[in-house]
Amino acid sequence: MAADVQKSADVTPVTDRGAKGMSTFHMLIFAGLFVIGLIAPFYLYPVFLMKILCFALFACAFNLLLGFGGLLSFGHAAYFGAASYVAAHAAKVWGLTPELAILAGTGAALILGVVIGSLAIRRQGIYFAMVTLAFAQMVYFFSLQAPFTGGEDGIQAVPRGHLFGLINLRPDFTLYFVVLAITFGGILFIYRIIHSPFGQVLKAIRENEPRAISLGYRTNRYKLAVFVLSATFAGMAGATKALVFQLASLTDVHWSMSGEVVLMTLIGGMGTVFGPIVGATVIVTMQNYLATWGAWVTIVQGTIFVIAVLLFREGIIGVLSKWLKKPL
Amino acid sequence: MFELLGITPQALFGQLLLGLINGSFYAMLSLGLAIIFGLLNIINFTHGAQYMLGAFVTWALLHYFGLSYWWALPLAPLIVGASGIVIEKVFISRLYHLDHLYGLLLTFGLALIIQGVLRNNYGISGLPYSIPPELSGGQNLGFMFLPNYRAWIIVVSVIVCFGTWFVIEKTRLGAYLRAATENPTLTGAFGLNVPLMITLTYGFGVALAALAGVLAAPIYSLNPNMGAELIIVVFAVVVIGGMGSILGAIVTGFGLGLIEGLTRVFYPEGSAVVIFVIMAIVLLIKPAGLFGRTA
Repeated sequence: MAADVQKSADVTPVTDRGAKGMSTFHMLIFAGLFVIGLIAPFYLYPVFLMKILCFALFACAFNLLLGFGGLLSFGHAAYFGAASYVAAHAAKVWGLTPELAILAGTGAALILGVVIGSLAIRRQGIYFAMVTLAFAQMVYFFSLQAPFTGGEDGIQAVPRGHLFGLINLRPDFTLYFVVLAITFGGILFIYRIIHSPFGQVLKAIRENEPRAISLGYRTNRYKLAVFVLSATFAGMAGATKALVFQLASLTDVHWSMSGEVVLMTLIGGMGTVFGPIVGATVIVTMQNYLATWGAWVTIVQGTIFVIAVLLFREGIIGVLSKWLKKPL
Repeated sequence: MFELLGITPQALFGQLLLGLINGSFYAMLSLGLAIIFGLLNIINFTHGAQYMLGAFVTWALLHYFGLSYWWALPLAPLIVGASGIVIEKVFISRLYHLDHLYGLLLTFGLALIIQGVLRNNYGISGLPYSIPPELSGGQNLGFMFLPNYRAWIIVVSVIVCFGTWFVIEKTRLGAYLRAATENPTLTGAFGLNVPLMITLTYGFGVALAALAGVLAAPIYSLNPNMGAELIIVVFAVVVIGGMGSILGAIVTGFGLGLIEGLTRVFYPEGSAVVIFVIMAIVLLIKPAGLFGRTA
């Protein structure tokens, strides 16, 4: 059956890979991005850059599920927002150091991912999207009513604290490099997952689930695993964001946040390595410029959605990758 | 009169009535979603926005043209349904050869645009629309007070739901539709114009949402976000009921509305999430949904 062995564009040929499964081309790009990340705060407002970094990690986590697992979750705000609430609560009320607060938030997202994921993977395709959206709305209502979330006000004035009890993160400039390290660590970890044997099985399930089952893979376990991983990294992004803005609010758990991360991934390029980073940068920058325009942000985002779905389904990096004839 | 666990019958029946009204909206909206899904294989995320548009058109007809509620009742669904036909022709019809998920994303984008435009023009504070004078007032049933307009909503939605069920399950036109749902290629081979049926079906589903919007205009806060929250609950209703059966969608809609009303009486904090909890339980026990065929 050699005829229907599909050549998927995003699988790097084995020969192109380095010792750890990372192609040298990708390593160069990561190095370049890291250098840009190091220089950027000297020219641009660090809080704006940190917002981009947090959303880049969020979008990469989402892309792990959609682009590589083939599962469209419409409720990723739940993990992002829940983690930001837990991290904010941990830092403010329990007085934990920032790294522990972020860990607490990430852990909460992991647990939530296990609970929701094990229910959601019972349905496929469009139902999966609706189920995840509905559970995320449940988390939203919980956040609205729970005693520790502060209702409409959210948790405000979250202390950034001292990293490991030593380094004061109060200055934006110091915090920036911590956030840069977290984001890059997370994204490299996700990259490693994608290019591991586990990631290859995921791609097989995405392309043809019945065949993966017939080859003996317990596909539901793989789907749950990638769901939990994706939720966990989304949580890491949300927890970090809570410290950056010193705020956890209902915006983070609202369904429109779930829509935003879908848009970032779509516009950057689903199933590409660097697409979500580019998509997050584009969308956050756009929001920044349109911030004073009120509902126009929604209209513009809706329009981008429509155009991207109708004409530009590969996304920015997807098109670039085709053009360069290299997987990105 | 009797009291149950410290709850007066007035409160109990009042909440049950509210639940039944919510259920009427769930039933009409999930019915539209189910019909559209059956033929187009997309989940119409714009449904909530189209429900909201129905209410807005009702308001606009009165505000700009002086046309009363009774004019809006047929006109608003026609206008919004026609806009739906345009949307199907211009946008959605380009996606049939792609994964279903793109249809979801496209209609999500369209919903954002519609909501954003109306929010720009009318704000989010809500517009006033009063109950038509013919339907104001109410009946005292002895154990509770029944406002006429609420009774009207329930009657209309029951008639519309069962009318739709009758047309789809018992008439020749419905047989064509079911055939096209089952196998569009084969139905087309028999000489039926399937693309036209798809377009009209989408228009009809959207008109159903708009009709729900007209009914909602006098009693719910009329603002651009009114459909967005509702549609997520309706998605849960659809997951619980399964989209395989028309009757299933109707029964689940009314049933869940009642359960939500009961929860509001006995455990008010849980009323916002009870439908999602039921969804979780249904996913555990019968993943395909109560009335669903195997996924």
